[in-house]
Amino acid sequence: MRVFDPHIHMTSRTTDDYRNMAAAGVRAVLEPAFWLGQPRTNPGSFADYFDSLIGWEPYRAAQFGIRHHSAISLNPKEANDPRCRAVLDLIPRYLDKDGVVAVGEIGYDSMTPVEDTVFAAQLALARSYGLPALVHTPHRDKAVGTKRTLDVVAESGIDPGWVLVDHLNEVTVRQVRDSGCWTGFSIYPETKMSPDRMVAILKEYGPERVLVNSAADWGHSDPLLTVVTGNAMLAAGFSEDDVDLVLWRNPVEFYGQSGKLDLSDVPKPEGTFAGSSIARGGS
Amino acid sequence: MTPDDLRAGLLGHPKWDWLVAAEAHVRADPDAVATLFARAERTLGRDPLPGRPQWTSGRAGRALLLVALARTPDRVDRITTVYTQGDTAERIAVLQALPMLPIGAAAAPLLHDALRTNDARLVAAALGPYAAHLDQPSWRQGVVKCVFMGIPLDAVDRLDERADAGLAAMLAALAEERTAAGRAVPDDALALLHRLTESAS
Ligand SMILES: [Zn+2]
Repeated sequence: MRVFDPHIHMTSRTTDDYRNMAAAGVRAVLEPAFWLGQPRTNPGSFADYFDSLIGWEPYRAAQFGIRHHSAISLNPKEANDPRCRAVLDLIPRYLDKDGVVAVGEIGYDSMTPVEDTVFAAQLALARSYGLPALVHTPHRDKAVGTKRTLDVVAESGIDPGWVLVDHLNEVTVRQVRDSGCWTGFSIYPETKMSPDRMVAILKEYGPERVLVNSAADWGHSDPLLTVVTGNAMLAAGFSEDDVDLVLWRNPVEFYGQSGKLDLSDVPKPEGTFAGSSIARGGS
Repeated sequence: MTPDDLRAGLLGHPKWDWLVAAEAHVRADPDAVATLFARAERTLGRDPLPGRPQWTSGRAGRALLLVALARTPDRVDRITTVYTQGDTAERIAVLQALPMLPIGAAAAPLLHDALRTNDARLVAAALGPYAAHLDQPSWRQGVVKCVFMGIPLDAVDRLDERADAGLAAMLAALAEERTAAGRAVPDDALALLHRLTESAS
């Protein structure tokens, strides 16, 4: 099993996590910019953080054979602090970097007017830089927040195929699927989504345009839950090819739209199952 | 290595025209360097330049953009900004290009920045030919840091020429510490230590 965790905050994780992830089959990760638990109070703190996402963190990941890409943005929570608003001016220069393959994670936290503005502005940045967007849905008032998220995405004019709406559950998956956006699910030890519930959703909706992530960060989370979900899929009768689609080819296709995803030094999988969508189409 | 050598290595590259236009763009509008420098590697690629294994097409293209940028009066500030706002590959490209830019020792602070990191690629790049502008204590610290990080010492420019008794003492102390702990000392460090102690006796 090869795994691309399409949403994980490695900055908050240890090198032991990298070692365990590599041993379990995680070959690539996408780290979106988010908040760090302690609110920041000036743009310089963000510049240092973004620099670590394009500098130190990919280097640390590479020591364990894991390819690290990032998504850059001003998160909605800190966007509400006027002292951090100037971070928006920093973002364009990061979007040009080779390792930055998306804008994210953006979206709503408390659904304030400021969040409306900052969300729309960053969707516009995604369009002008030719990057996909990773959109987080709020924890509180999720169903309403998801609807409003999809409205803003539609108004922005961005192609829904370039948008991944994340942290979905049984209640919100349908409307996102109908919108044409990609659907993301964060598997957490207790909240959000469990491996078994994920399998049930995959049975109902199929594996197309579904991405599964651990969203592991500084909170109670587990970077191996992508792998656990893959095993739960196999136990439920999904094929290895279905697992590969969800845990590898879907994230590769979504972030690959940036034209900057570089997996050239990731070893090809062993065995004869369809390793790429091209081989799959021909067989 | 000169800009003309790099140009010769890139001649016939499928994106040659992109590079020529980018150089002209930077000469006309130095602020354009940020975007062009960031895009140069994915445009020109990461293949080694024929006969010049230390250089890739992308890195050579970035060096030529810095040559174009160095025509500005505030060249040192601008080159420093390209470095500080760069990702790791951009920073390495700046460090590698420094010896061919008309800036004397003015960019030495960038070497100190790179030597402070824990990234083997940056530390190695800081000890290339431009390290001639690094003071001797910092240079010794850099060499010993290479040994600690497992960076092969052939990354260090003019190693034997510059190695002195101070470096020999630091290497000897490191070797003693490692041996006491039952740990290996890299062969190239031991060989250097032998050369230094032989020439001293
Ligand atoms: Zn997150």
